[in-house]
Amino acid sequence: MRHYPTILSQEIRALLFSPITYITSVLFLLVMGLDFTAILDYYSKGAHENPPAVYFFESFWIPVFFMVPALTMKSFAEERRMGTLETLLTTPVSTAEVVLGKFSAAYLFYLLLWGSTLIFHYILHVYARDARYLDMGQLIGGYLFIAVSGLLFVSVGVLASALTRSYEVAAILSFTLLFGLIFGLRFLGQASAMNAEILQPLKPTVELLQIFHHVDDFTHGVVDTRQVFFYVTGTVLALIFSVLGVEFKILKS
Amino acid sequence: MSRVRIPDCMAEIPDITIEVSHLKKSYGSLHAVNDLSFSVKRGEIIGLLGPNGAGKSTTMRILTGYLPATSGSVRICGLPVASQSQETKRFIGYMPENNPLPEDMRVSEYLWFRGRLKEMPRAKLRSRIDEVLELCDIKRNRHRIIGRLSKGNKQRVGIAEAILAEPAIIIMDEPTIGLDPHQILIVRDLIASLRGRMSVIISSHILPEIEATCDRVLIINSGRIVAQGSPSELRQEIFGHASYRIEFAGDAGALAHHLSTIEPTLKIVAVSEPATDGFQVATLMTDSTSDLGEKLLQGLPIQGYRIRSLGRTQPSLEDVFLAATRRSWDARLPDKKPGQGDDRAPLPKA
Repeated sequence: MRHYPTILSQEIRALLFSPITYITSVLFLLVMGLDFTAILDYYSKGAHENPPAVYFFESFWIPVFFMVPALTMKSFAEERRMGTLETLLTTPVSTAEVVLGKFSAAYLFYLLLWGSTLIFHYILHVYARDARYLDMGQLIGGYLFIAVSGLLFVSVGVLASALTRSYEVAAILSFTLLFGLIFGLRFLGQASAMNAEILQPLKPTVELLQIFHHVDDFTHGVVDTRQVFFYVTGTVLALIFSVLGVEFKILKS
Repeated sequence: MSRVRIPDCMAEIPDITIEVSHLKKSYGSLHAVNDLSFSVKRGEIIGLLGPNGAGKSTTMRILTGYLPATSGSVRICGLPVASQSQETKRFIGYMPENNPLPEDMRVSEYLWFRGRLKEMPRAKLRSRIDEVLELCDIKRNRHRIIGRLSKGNKQRVGIAEAILAEPAIIIMDEPTIGLDPHQILIVRDLIASLRGRMSVIISSHILPEIEATCDRVLIINSGRIVAQGSPSELRQEIFGHASYRIEFAGDAGALAHHLSTIEPTLKIVAVSEPATDGFQVATLMTDSTSDLGEKLLQGLPIQGYRIRSLGRTQPSLEDVFLAATRRSWDARLPDKKPGQGDDRAPLPKA
């Protein structure tokens, strides 16, 4: 792992120098800002059971769908298309180090962008002058969910990029995979076909994989280790598949 | 991860840096490399020559450990690439085909990044970057963005990167492709300056370039070595003769007889009609390897011939290449020249 810091700093540098990162950041802050304003607007119209942070974290999927593909699509697809993957992998680095370096850089940016939304809550706190609007427990839970689920989302993006040479394909592929992960499982859980006798054993499993339930649990202060385990193992699997994907594509080149 | 020492002292490098034996690489039914065997000595410059799709790039990629071989073995400085590719990669500086570089980095940043990947210590890397920039004559461009450089300068960045960690072996896939003649000359000098210190393998289908820089040439076609040796050996091996062009005035009929007294194997291949001034042009051929120019210039005037010009025409490497590849494309003949290596396809005879 001695090359990991070199690759990580190179990847962070690449993200900092890429216009896509800035476009994504602006879009992210714009979308989340509008979302937050809409939530506050909704609040001003009547009393609600949950504080605004709960609704805010429930819309986690909106930025995930464009942010993760944008941050990860270039990681392998671009290098493969340019041919620089060949020069990279003919130095004494292992594919695992490269995958991990690229993943970490994208994940750090993911966290950084989400971290910047902390200021929304701060502004709300300053202007509302009401402690009820800023429940630290919910914020910590919510951001913990963002950090843990981000592992899986970003690794899925890296996997999509590892499987193709065109970053457009990588972006669409990671969007599709993320959509399947977030909404596909939700539709599956609600589908009436799941009530069939033969599928009964699967039902509890599908119930456990509902990411929207995870958000709820986290923001209400329930940190279920089964959920954390799901995200961590999912991440490890996606990264292993990325390593295999990169090496398999070389074999076929 | 085990820490293996960086090959910075030449004493660690064995005399044979690359050993390839019975290397095969197939993609389904297509054999990109077919039973290739050769070895490279320390400090030798080898040219891989072959038409497009001959297996040059594939061979190089296998040497670097980027692609696995289907069968056969490759040893880099005594270590097998198949099982210890992390170690063998430390001995190699590689510049792939088309020299891929990150467009958005500055030259010095890129070299720094590559040096760190190649496990060079920071303190040494700083001075080494200055050194290679000087060597490749890109010091003026060190702070420029690679994407904005001219093609020739990009090529030099690629070469600077390949020699950065002072590897024992440098592999360059078509280093002069797309350069203008002046830049080709510079790159060629740069490669020649590595002679004796590093083993260099370059591939090309530009023949004069190979001829000018390489100690030894391997001509590859359809994944096989069809001929190998120094450029002059190859000429000798493929054609086995030299030819002369002579402009003379005198008795054309008796010329053949007079020539055989000078050198028994001299034959007249063609004689032109005499011009108005009486001079004729004759093409002579001989199996002799020594230069017969002086003998002809002295011997023929004694027999009453007047000579206006004499020239030795050598088959160019291009002829050798064409002859060798053409023959390997034709039905591979079963007869071999006696004394040839078994790993070679039959060569055309003179």
